[in-house]
Amino acid sequence: MLKLESVSKTFSKDTPNEHKALDNLSLAVDSGEFVTVVGSNGAGKSTLFNAICGTFMVDAGAIMLDNKDITYLPDFKRARVIGRVFQDPMKGTAPNLTIEENLALAYSGGNGRMLGFALNSKAVEKFRTELEKFGMGLENRMKTKVGLLSGGQRQAVTLLMCTIVPPRLLLLDEHTAALDPAMSDKIMEITKDIVKSNNLTTIMITHNLNFAMRTGTRTIMMDSGKIILDISGEERDKMSLSELLELYSQRSDKVFDNDRMLLTKRTEI
Amino acid sequence: MSLVLGALQLGVMYGLLAIGIFISFRILNIPDLTTEGSFGFGLCVSAMITIAGHPYFAVLAGCLAGALAGVITGLLTTKCKIHPILAGILTMTGLYSINLFVMKGSSNVSLINTDTVFSDIRALLPFLSKDVSRLAVIIVLTAVAAVLVAAFFKTRLGLSIRAAGDNETMVRASSINVDRVKVISLAVSNACVALNGAILAQYQDYADISTGSGMLIVGLASVIIGEAFFGKRGVTVGIISAVIGSTIYRIIITVITKYLITSSMASASWLKLISAVIVGIALSIPAIKSAFAKFKMKKGGPFGA
Ligand SMILES: Nc1ncnc2c1ncn2[C@@H]1O[C@H](COP(=O)(O)OP(=O)(O)OP(=O)(O)O)[C@@H](O)[C@H]1O
Ligand SMILES: [Mg+2]
Repeated sequence: MLKLESVSKTFSKDTPNEHKALDNLSLAVDSGEFVTVVGSNGAGKSTLFNAICGTFMVDAGAIMLDNKDITYLPDFKRARVIGRVFQDPMKGTAPNLTIEENLALAYSGGNGRMLGFALNSKAVEKFRTELEKFGMGLENRMKTKVGLLSGGQRQAVTLLMCTIVPPRLLLLDEHTAALDPAMSDKIMEITKDIVKSNNLTTIMITHNLNFAMRTGTRTIMMDSGKIILDISGEERDKMSLSELLELYSQRSDKVFDNDRMLLTKRTEI
Repeated sequence: MSLVLGALQLGVMYGLLAIGIFISFRILNIPDLTTEGSFGFGLCVSAMITIAGHPYFAVLAGCLAGALAGVITGLLTTKCKIHPILAGILTMTGLYSINLFVMKGSSNVSLINTDTVFSDIRALLPFLSKDVSRLAVIIVLTAVAAVLVAAFFKTRLGLSIRAAGDNETMVRASSINVDRVKVISLAVSNACVALNGAILAQYQDYADISTGSGMLIVGLASVIIGEAFFGKRGVTVGIISAVIGSTIYRIIITVITKYLITSSMASASWLKLISAVIVGIALSIPAIKSAFAKFKMKKGGPFGA
């Protein structure tokens, strides 16, 4: 399904700031898998997503999606099959467009007649039923500008935009990290529902270790642009949080350090 | 009376310019200097084709010429990665030579005794006075353009343009080619601007190569005045408000030139300063407001006087 082969990316090459963000990284994800990704700050998690989405071209290696080489495909073309939700709720939606207009953009995407009217009653009806499922009352505010919504509401709209035409691959980059705990839970619940009902192949970055182990079918841990741990199945089910942290320090020679994680650990222990 | 009609004619006609500026400045967030060149491009192309005996085709051709100018600026920005303002200046500068070429090297041509859309309609509707029939032509043209542009921004493509000015990351993530969207929107914007130039040539029976200069400011002033009355709302309201803003601007200018500027001042030459001052003040309103609020807070605070 998704296959990265020896992908490398170095930022600011040949300058004192040279930084190898992806280091000969290989990863294969099967159809229907739900992979969670953890790692300390600067491990290269978001960079991995950027590489998959084509935000930049990688220095070396190849990226395959559905047996198609997408290494050199421009970002907007990959977006046809890859849905991505960012940590920042501002990034996924256009603030001056209404909820229904934002959804219409995602619904029509790159294909379809560009000169047809974006909003027709059938599309609007579909948006309404999908929004209803969230139980956030958004279905009654379809003509509200998205800029007026809360972060969590915007994230819900973004999620729907990314999945209203089910993508082949869904990438979630700490998409609940900017939300308060209650809203974060809500969005997570919606995410799981969407992933399950569409049987989406998903990769989710999270700073919440507990969460990473409980959600999905497989967990990978990154450090310095490499994958240092990749567990699934029984091994993953049996592993405790402390064992995981132990493994991390063994393999990376340092203590797991993620500024956002400290906060969540306290609330959960 | 004819003074009022004159102001209305020009005001509604320059509404086309205002619609174009609304698209580039408010929807795309670019002060697009191509305007200055494309206005003249539309004017020159229309003048020459009108002289050749095709007044209706002249208007269409002028409009398309402007779209072409927009495409060039769009390609300079997206493909060559040139700063949008600089790209606009480049196109504008290049167009000066092109416009001279179109006018066969002379800096102005006269359309007196040439058939124009205005003379044609006047012959068709003889029961209307000259001023009224001219106003009718202008209103119909601007209304058609406004309706087309408003409808365009309701299409998928139009929606992508609005989103591109708002959040480019998101538009890319929606698998839309942002570069293409930007080029198309600059084409639409400059088509409106050039349409204004094209009809102006026939309206004044005269085309001068330097007519386009200062047009960006005129358009900005119209958009901003319109917003002062209607606020910043959706695109459809924005388009209507731009046309009304343009009309109000024209009335202000008429009053100023009629009553405030004495004959000892060369009136036309002061108009640009007046427009610049209006736009300067209007664009500083947010800063003035916040400074005022701060001042009030200081005075009203626990340590205030
Ligand atoms: N566009 C860029 N230019 C230069 N350096 C970059 C760029 N993007 C990322 N980096 C660097 O690459 C490294 C990995 O960054 P990345 O954003 O992938 O980390 P992350 O694992 O997502 O961390 P976090 O948990 O903080 O989100 C960091 O050192 C970062 O500074
Ligand atoms: Mg990150």
